[in-house]
Amino acid sequence: MQRKSLDLWVGLFVLLGAAALFFLAMKAGNMSSLSFEKTYPVITKFDNIGGLKPRAPVKSAGVVVGRVGKIGFDDKSYQAVVTLELESSYKFPKDTSAKILTSGLLGEQYIGLEPGGDTNNLVAGDRIKMTQSAVVLENLISQFLYSKAAEGKEGEK
Amino acid sequence: MIGAITSLGRWVRESVSNVGFATRTFFALLGASGGLLRRPRLVTDQIHFIGNYSLVIIAVSGLFVGFVLGLQGYYTLNRYGSEEALGLLVALSLTRELGPVVTALLFAGRAGTSLTAEIGLMKAGEQLAAMEMMAVNPLERVIAPRFWAGVIAMPILAAIFSAVGVIGGYVVGVLMIGVDEGSFWSQMQAGVDVWKDIANGVIKSIVFGFAVTFTALYQGYEAQPTPEGVARATTRTVVIASLAVLWLDFLLTALMFS
Repeated sequence: MQRKSLDLWVGLFVLLGAAALFFLAMKAGNMSSLSFEKTYPVITKFDNIGGLKPRAPVKSAGVVVGRVGKIGFDDKSYQAVVTLELESSYKFPKDTSAKILTSGLLGEQYIGLEPGGDTNNLVAGDRIKMTQSAVVLENLISQFLYSKAAEGKEGEK
Repeated sequence: MIGAITSLGRWVRESVSNVGFATRTFFALLGASGGLLRRPRLVTDQIHFIGNYSLVIIAVSGLFVGFVLGLQGYYTLNRYGSEEALGLLVALSLTRELGPVVTALLFAGRAGTSLTAEIGLMKAGEQLAAMEMMAVNPLERVIAPRFWAGVIAMPILAAIFSAVGVIGGYVVGVLMIGVDEGSFWSQMQAGVDVWKDIANGVIKSIVFGFAVTFTALYQGYEAQPTPEGVARATTRTVVIASLAVLWLDFLLTALMFS
């Protein structure tokens, strides 16, 4: 009898540990975003991906439709090659365009897909041709300063 | 002058033979562990003693570390207007560093000392020698079950510590201070990676389990069989195990997270 209650307590202890690990993985970690749905790869090329990371979400109309797979560099065109793993249940037209966007002012970066009007759909291995790079803050500021300076000169005349 | 050099030489010689002795005991211990598969009850008993009884202090410490992380993290993040990242800060600090390290330090204090004292007193009472007389290998019957129980209990305790700490951070951050609940969890989920952060934390805690439990058992096994010797061995357990944990933590962090 005493033997049994001791085993029970040890069992509870181990279960509690497993529950804690499960809680950390699901609630604190990104385990819940790992989906086991089938995906198909689509390739995109960007001039600048900013701070985009592998496993960042791919969204269309704000809904997550896939994840960023590999990120590589093409030394022929000097562009970043990003593989998108789109879920097989979602189809997109061939002339879909991809943008790198930021959630919130300083949030994580993700890829936004904007569907076009083509009747053919993207299939595995296709390339999205129309892309828009990430907004780099330094470029934005230098453009702003440049246009300010140009305005100032016009004012002098 | 010559006396100083002589004592340095003796110190080096003794340290080297100590390291060799510890290594030999470690391998003897691993060799003696095979018999436990036939008698898993020995390990279960020790998990109950080492793990279940440490649960309360680990859970309470985790809760308070979570509370403090919530308060201090909020104070700092608030200056930069990014309180939403509080959940990320709490979860990352706990799973990567504080969970395994603080648990290992508490574990050394709570379970390590009792193991050393127990083994040391067994040795002082010549119980270990009596076992050898009866052809029972004390490494197999006494040391190995305690060792594996510590190695098993430590990652479980660390996981509980981290989970309770995250809940503590949630209680202070969201319920008391009023950080937005949605961004608290979503920032955490966006920033904490299951393999890179949580699994590496578990690996750390397993390594610490090996280090702390073995230090405690070895100190007890090699203690002078007198009351004073056992007292010294217990003190050494805490000092050596804590330093080993901190040093291993630095090493593992440099290896895994960089």
